[in-house]
Amino acid sequence: MLRIDKVGKQFQNGFIALDEVNLEVSQGEIVSLVGTSGCGKSTLLRIIAGLDRATVGQVTLHKTRINSPHPEIDIIFQEPRLMPWLTVRENVQFGLANLSKIDKNQRTQISLQRVGLAEFAEALPRQLSGGMAQRVAIARALVTQPSILLLDEPFSALDAFIRMKLQAHLLDIWQYDRPTLLLVTHDIEEALVLSDRVIVLRGNPGRIHQEFVLDLPRPRKRTDANFQQWKEKILSTLDLSLDQKVAIKV
Amino acid sequence: MLRNLPVNDVRAVGSRDRRQFQTWLRGLFLPCVLLLGWEILSRIGFFPPNLLPPPSAVLVTLWELAVSGELFKHIGITLYRVAVGFVLGAAIATVFGAITGYSSLLRDFLDPLLQSLRNIPSLAWVPLFILWLGIGEESKLALIAVGVFFPVYLNLMSGVQGVDRKLVEVGKAYRLTDFQLIRRVFLPATLPAYIVGLRSGLGLGWMFVVAAEVMGSSQGLGFLLIDGQTTGRPTVILASILLFAIFGKLTDSVLAAAGQRFLNWQDSYSSQSY
Repeated sequence: MLRIDKVGKQFQNGFIALDEVNLEVSQGEIVSLVGTSGCGKSTLLRIIAGLDRATVGQVTLHKTRINSPHPEIDIIFQEPRLMPWLTVRENVQFGLANLSKIDKNQRTQISLQRVGLAEFAEALPRQLSGGMAQRVAIARALVTQPSILLLDEPFSALDAFIRMKLQAHLLDIWQYDRPTLLLVTHDIEEALVLSDRVIVLRGNPGRIHQEFVLDLPRPRKRTDANFQQWKEKILSTLDLSLDQKVAIKV
Repeated sequence: MLRNLPVNDVRAVGSRDRRQFQTWLRGLFLPCVLLLGWEILSRIGFFPPNLLPPPSAVLVTLWELAVSGELFKHIGITLYRVAVGFVLGAAIATVFGAITGYSSLLRDFLDPLLQSLRNIPSLAWVPLFILWLGIGEESKLALIAVGVFFPVYLNLMSGVQGVDRKLVEVGKAYRLTDFQLIRRVFLPATLPAYIVGLRSGLGLGWMFVVAAEVMGSSQGLGFLLIDGQTTGRPTVILASILLFAIFGKLTDSVLAAAGQRFLNWQDSYSSQSY
């Protein structure tokens, strides 16, 4: 179980990105954090990833406190962030440590098969399209078999069709090891397609505003009346007024 | 982009060889035209032979020097000096460039000093090094090393500073130690800038070897240059200038080719032609 306990984050310039966020995520759950930009959702994810420190409060996984990147937690960023000098295979193996070469290759092979890129193992990142590169990033995260996978707007840089395809694909891949997915997104449809639970954050300072447990059956159809109702409901909770003072974040 | 995916396509390799040969021919075109024009203008008496003898006369001089064995002695010693000075300067620059790039604290301390030393002209070091190290090899090697140091240092430092923060973060997310982070992220990411630094360092090495050899030596291409001047043989001067050009270009090509082997991952403008 992942526990976020009264986590707050104040930047050096005084900006309060997060204020007393409490959240519990159980193993295998898919949770989305949605909110307008500047609401602190990415900051929260980075704290869970151990890339940023909380100013107050703590994040714990199985009751151990997270201060730095944890071996059971992996993160997928908005961009693929592949090492351009490594082949696809080597990129996927980047985070694998303390394994024999045979084990590494075997796991890499499986991971690449799951994202459908096994035949591109020897290609270089510059030879991949944006969607393919992001799938390699997913393979790189999956190969370490994390119990928690954090996703920071993972598909937002891709075009709408590829985004929809990869959302479905992510759910397919999730079936294998069923890691906890904690997803940051500003795309409400994405949150609705993927998650068991949607957390709405509001900014300045960042707080959890509301929480929705989605009782929609899977696989979900964007065209269903229920789906649309949920979308309306969540949209109405977002603070979409333009006079927010969130643009100051440096 | 995807069209390029068959990485080991035999046809592609064959046509790459041909293209390389073509590039090579294109590079030779202008020098050949210039040499030919020079030869003709000298033959018809446009250039006075005591000031600018024809290329053929320079070749004859080169041949004579080669037959006497003198030529290889001069080339050998100059290459040796450039090589040792280059390795020395590049090695020290690598250490300094890496640490000042990585740590802003060390950069604050070291960089202003090094930047001011960089602006001292090469010839200004000569009397000092001769005073400290004598007229022998050591002062020459030190001078060349100084020349090589700065471009390597500068390029490596800015290369390290310019490494993509996002890639470094991936390394951190996978809990790499500082050493692993340097080896697996910083080093490869910095390589393009580093190779540019090594190449301009080598270029300066060739400049500084002339300064070193002109100031006081009895061997080397720089000595040959001065010898040609004092004995009034323009062909010898031209021959040594020609040799500097040829060996400077050759050593640079070797370095560039060696570098390119490590850089074929780059998604750059020039790699599009493949």
